[in-house]
Amino acid sequence: MNMTSPVPEELLFQGNSSLGHPLIPGVLDISHRVILYLEQVTVSFDGFRALNNLTLAIDAGELRCIIGPNGAGKTTMMDVITGKTRPDSGTVFFGQTLDLTAMSEPDIVSAGIGRKFQKPTVFEQHTVFDNLELALCGDKRVRHALFTRLQGEQCDRIAEVLQTIRLLPLARQQAGRLSHGQKQWLEIGMLLIQEPKLLLLDEPVAGMTDEETEQSAELFLSLAGRHSLLVVEHDMAFVTKLNSRVTVLHEGSVLAEGRMAEVRNHPRVIEVYLGR
Amino acid sequence: MAHPMPSLQPHHPPLLPPLAWFGVALFAAFCLLAVPVLHLAVADGSPWHLSSYFVTLGGKILCYAIVAVALDLIWGYAGILSLGHGLFFALGGYAFGMYLMRAIGRDGVYHADLPDFMVFLNWKELPWYWAGSDHFWFSFLLVLLLPGLLAFVFGYFAFRSRIKGVYFSIITQALTYAGMLLFFRNETGFGGNNGFTDFKRLLGFNITSPEMRVFLFALTATTLIGTLLLCRLLITRKFGRVLTAIRDAESRVMFIGYQPLWYKLTAWTLSALLAALAGALYVPQVGIINPSEMSPANSIEIAIWVAVGGRASLIGPILGAVAVNLAKSWFTVSFPEYWLFFLGLLFVTVTLWLPGGLVSLWQRHQGEQP
Repeated sequence: MNMTSPVPEELLFQGNSSLGHPLIPGVLDISHRVILYLEQVTVSFDGFRALNNLTLAIDAGELRCIIGPNGAGKTTMMDVITGKTRPDSGTVFFGQTLDLTAMSEPDIVSAGIGRKFQKPTVFEQHTVFDNLELALCGDKRVRHALFTRLQGEQCDRIAEVLQTIRLLPLARQQAGRLSHGQKQWLEIGMLLIQEPKLLLLDEPVAGMTDEETEQSAELFLSLAGRHSLLVVEHDMAFVTKLNSRVTVLHEGSVLAEGRMAEVRNHPRVIEVYLGR
Repeated sequence: MAHPMPSLQPHHPPLLPPLAWFGVALFAAFCLLAVPVLHLAVADGSPWHLSSYFVTLGGKILCYAIVAVALDLIWGYAGILSLGHGLFFALGGYAFGMYLMRAIGRDGVYHADLPDFMVFLNWKELPWYWAGSDHFWFSFLLVLLLPGLLAFVFGYFAFRSRIKGVYFSIITQALTYAGMLLFFRNETGFGGNNGFTDFKRLLGFNITSPEMRVFLFALTATTLIGTLLLCRLLITRKFGRVLTAIRDAESRVMFIGYQPLWYKLTAWTLSALLAALAGALYVPQVGIINPSEMSPANSIEIAIWVAVGGRASLIGPILGAVAVNLAKSWFTVSFPEYWLFFLGLLFVTVTLWLPGGLVSLWQRHQGEQP
């Protein structure tokens, strides 16, 4: 119902127009290369600071890994980006113009942020193909679902995503019969088909076999560039394999940032996280 | 990308598989040709003669089958268990019964303009809500509008408040119970606990004539086929896939941008309309409608037909309704006191050992074949 303008005009950050940015409602402005800004974000639950002056910037097309011990604030950070949790202070911007702290969850989704939760939830009784058909962007109203049929180009789009997530040969199989790893990919496919600009992946390789983990790494690397990816992961081998920039969170703020090789040798990181 | 563009054809499931079309054709031939011939053309004394008892019983069971298919649409495919479909069935029956009461004219016991029960209550004129009930098409419209509107309004508030599962079922039970209590009252103006009966004619024709009996039977059979095809059409469309997705993981469906409310409401209202239509076909064949049709037990029985036949199969509920009601007709004549025990036993048995219902026997058989 809100397909025409995913972001209400009043939610746009008006201040930027004086800086020479043309403001087009609902259009993501990544002219400064940065797709996601978190600045001085603080979230507390009953006095406990889950996020403590967190500042983080992700470039467009970047693949960024977030690591950190339990309670470091990784999931809370995802919740703030997707609008599930509102920060007590600080700003969260999607591109130059979209203030995520003022947008509703569905609006954030349609602005182009897709989130994959830890536990895969696919429609088990439906085929792999039907899962993607349901997730396909477009008219989601009853009338449309009753009177129209899938078009050739939509089918091509589904096939393209199926190829990306390596499930093309299993298109007609029931999703419930997929392996755990394949379900994870299917869910990523359901996000991809909505063409998000930024993908948030919460422990995407948890419970996968070594081979599936390896293939997931290839998949994510192939997605980077066309999409920006934010991967929260505990699996160090996997993070090393991705060979991307790594941000280490600790007690709600950034402890270290850099390549895995640099971060690994950081004394504080060794102390709080890797060393034990 | 280096890979060539893969091609994948859209997969449109057929309205019915060939074997099912064959079954439908066989059923149509039996109901629209064999039954009329055996009832009207074969002489009374012949062993091939189909008695009026069986035609009426058959018509009644086919009405039940329509309700069962309607319930399957929302229970089997959308996961919404209604234990109040008897209410919509009865409301359809009452709306059409009003027309049948008016069609009696002055041939009632009191030879009055008013229906007999109103004369008995010493009423001098028709209540305002009986206006127009002497017109067939107006009554037909009422059959659909009243239960449809009730279902829409009730469904809107229930689904908007995200009432689900057993809570929804309990509320529908309460709804049909409330309906029954309301209709039991003489002041409500629908004949109290006696309801409507003693119908004489329908559209000017004698309602008890063999021709009318056969016509109503054939009309019910046609409506059943239409109901089956309509529901099947809906579930083979994307609408059906969204509906089953809502059944399996509603919050996930919302997360990818659908509003489950409107999907549920569409299926729910349509299901109520079909139940009402079945009720309207039931009343002229059985010759009576009273508030006991709204009793909670009746609605539960509808759910048992669907469970016995097999949920989310559309064909199964037809088999379930036919099988259970044939058994009921036999039991209530031979061992009337044991019927409810048998029904309970049947339900427990199916739930424990045959959760897919009767149709799963066939599916299992299909699965064994190479």
